[in-house]
Amino acid sequence: MVPLDHVIALSAILFTIGVIGVATRRNIIVILMSIELMLNAVNLAFVGFNRIWSGSEGAVAIDGHVFVLMVITVAAAEVAVGLGILLSMFRNRDSVNVEEVNLLKW
Amino acid sequence: MAMTVLFYVFGALAVISALGMVLNLRNTVASAMSLVVTMVSLGAIYILLEAYLVAAIQIMVYGGAIVVLFLFVVMLLNLSDDELPPGGRQFFKLAVVLAGIVVLAQVLPALSQDSVLTAASEAVPEGFGGYRQVGLALYTDYVLVVEMASLLLLAAIVGALILAKRNID
Repeated sequence: MVPLDHVIALSAILFTIGVIGVATRRNIIVILMSIELMLNAVNLAFVGFNRIWSGSEGAVAIDGHVFVLMVITVAAAEVAVGLGILLSMFRNRDSVNVEEVNLLKW
Repeated sequence: MAMTVLFYVFGALAVISALGMVLNLRNTVASAMSLVVTMVSLGAIYILLEAYLVAAIQIMVYGGAIVVLFLFVVMLLNLSDDELPPGGRQFFKLAVVLAGIVVLAQVLPALSQDSVLTAASEAVPEGFGGYRQVGLALYTDYVLVVEMASLLLLAAIVGALILAKRNID
């Protein structure tokens, strides 16, 4: 059987890699990919926790899987809108560097 | 036992390819391909955790649709390889990496102290993680959430169309 503490540890490691990617990279495409990685880390934690609290015979608890499906839906919507923003940004600035987009930055 | 070994293999693969995605400073297409490896490894781990429907959807939506969308945009923009040389705010980046490592070093040992997490997981009920159980939950308890997801997708389609359109007139 897969030990659950190691599943949560893997989830934490992947989430940290995602945070480091968002904070250190300047290419907005890689930043979007790092956000996807963080969402995936959360999904892994949901599936792991649903594995130990899986309900008893006759009453299956599947709520974690439903949450994961919703997170995947939100991620797909987010990528579509994010890449639309990226396209219009590239059209206006000829760059995918987030540090050049600072009009609203204090 | 074999499942545990497979979990470590796919977990290591996921971490290595995630690092490859973040640390690859040159080639955005290679970053996206690393992301595919991470997604498929996570799909395999979902199968080991008996989440069969979620594993299938993970590979179809993440490994297929989302990464293809990323690759499509990268190809569309025709970026040169070393568009963004490293630089800027080096101290801040170093601080973020250090903070991440410190937090992980605190969290990871604490996980193995928790008796709930380290207890041997029992057998799952019949049909756990299959399309029947997930579908029953989706269309009875969570039917409002499904409707909200459809509204969200509609808003995303309209938003992406308006954002990516050349002129709005």
